[in-house]
Amino acid sequence: MNLTGLTIGQARDQLRRKAITARELAEAYIKAMETARPLKAYLIETPDRAFAAAKQSDARLQKGGGLPLDGVPIAVKDLFCTEGVETAAASKILAGFVPPYESTVTANLWRNGALMLGKVNLDEFAMGSATITSARGPTENPWRRRGDNRPLVPGGSSGGSAAAVAARAALAATGTDTGGSIRQPASFCGIVGLKPTYGRCSRWGIVAFASSLDQAGPMTRDVRDAAIMLQAMAGHDPKDATSAPLPVPNFEAAVGQSIKGLRIGIPKEYRLDGMPTEIEALWQRGIEWVKAAGATTVDISLKMTKYALATYYIIAPAEASSNLARYDGVRFGLRVPGETLEALYENTRGQGFGAEVRRRVLIGTYVLSAGYYDAYYLKAQKVRALIARDFDDAFKSCDAMLTPTAPSAAFAIGEKMDDPIAMYLNDVFTVPVNLAGLPGISLPAGLSADGLPLGLQVIGKAFDEETVLRVAAVLEDSAKFDAVPAFVAGAA
Amino acid sequence: MPLDKATVARIAALARIKVPEAELAALAGELSKILTWVEQLDAVDVAGVEPMAAVTHARPPLREDKVTDGGIRDKILANAPETTDGFFVVPKVVE
Repeated sequence: MNLTGLTIGQARDQLRRKAITARELAEAYIKAMETARPLKAYLIETPDRAFAAAKQSDARLQKGGGLPLDGVPIAVKDLFCTEGVETAAASKILAGFVPPYESTVTANLWRNGALMLGKVNLDEFAMGSATITSARGPTENPWRRRGDNRPLVPGGSSGGSAAAVAARAALAATGTDTGGSIRQPASFCGIVGLKPTYGRCSRWGIVAFASSLDQAGPMTRDVRDAAIMLQAMAGHDPKDATSAPLPVPNFEAAVGQSIKGLRIGIPKEYRLDGMPTEIEALWQRGIEWVKAAGATTVDISLKMTKYALATYYIIAPAEASSNLARYDGVRFGLRVPGETLEALYENTRGQGFGAEVRRRVLIGTYVLSAGYYDAYYLKAQKVRALIARDFDDAFKSCDAMLTPTAPSAAFAIGEKMDDPIAMYLNDVFTVPVNLAGLPGISLPAGLSADGLPLGLQVIGKAFDEETVLRVAAVLEDSAKFDAVPAFVAGAA
Repeated sequence: MPLDKATVARIAALARIKVPEAELAALAGELSKILTWVEQLDAVDVAGVEPMAAVTHARPPLREDKVTDGGIRDKILANAPETTDGFFVVPKVVE
């Protein structure tokens, strides 16, 4: 049996039928992880840990039953604190930090039987859209343009997660999404990425970027797997005051349900000038697919869309400048000595932060500083309220929305690197969802003219991941996306 | 608003980030470009709009006022660059 070709759902069935063991699955993935080293997706490999957990899974499975994720080998974005395993957020300033605690989301995964293969790359502190700001160097996308061997970016910030899952070097991965960091790399790598509603997953133990926007979610091969994995990750956590004290529904039950009669909103402002025609065509196909499945489409307006990126690039850096104040060279991470305490702080932070992180901390400091706070930060918070209101109004006439995930396919490593704003535009369709705190999923729906995956995004009402999954599963069935990347570590 | 080198140096000092003098001019250019770009928000009428600081409107829950953690000094110090006798070490701050 081709073990790395199985989805979580399929592996779960084979494990329970005792057709395969957790140890065999772990072995296949550890081998694939080693084969995938040229992609530089993994920063740390933890095979011993994976084997130890697989042994426990096998013991449970042998007795019959087993936990929901028993034997499922997972890659963990290096933004989740993992007890006893270095967690550096792809930053020089946190190099060598070994957390004495485990993030709630990863603890939930292990408690449900999943096993950790290793920690994967990201943009430094999750700030980026291409995994090129990592202090550990870029990760390569396993896909290549047809007839062009230049390495492409996997998207970001969860680029290591997306590349590992796409290359069959992990069965699934955790991601985090502050402005599109799960959905955009999922789109670039041809996998499924789900950003849950803000508050659905605990942020406790995740290295903070912008706390009013950050949310963890699953990155998987298909929609059912996203539902299964979210089930294990989600839930109220008293240690995160913003975690929602709500019951977690049975997400998997939503997969496969009819969308007959559902109203799918199509926001006209997402039809950008200069958007590649193949993105437009993909979106149109998605519209036909939901109609063919019995849903109706509704033209809706999200009139503040064009202001979402500017709003985000005030709010996210402002929160980041505050969150990253903790990296002081005293309690953990890098220390660059100085004559005075002040000099120690400045030297440590001057050498410890990369260019993009430094830029954002400085922008954030500026927009929060006396004399500029009202003009920038307060203004952005008010526009954010209008963006959220747009969604509230639009959801009065629809049950979910359908949009493209990103305005382009993956680009080459080196492109868009000298212009921060060109890079920020990657997130034009995903950022509004974070500002409003809503759930959104990206699923692979087609290929670009040069053979790269393109994603469609489904956006739902707050805490209605079920409808998001239901619509995404129908689109997945219609798209029949079965293309395979140029580089596959495990057998496809 | 375009930032000059002196302003960038002042922000960098507020953020406790040492920026080499040679990098100030280029950084001022990059930051000015981003700030000019975000100033498109000036076109939005926000009269009467309440600022949105968080997605959740509910009042944050209060926990019971009792100690739930502690006694883990060694764990806390384990990642420190320099410690002595159970304390973090910093350069002398009091003469």
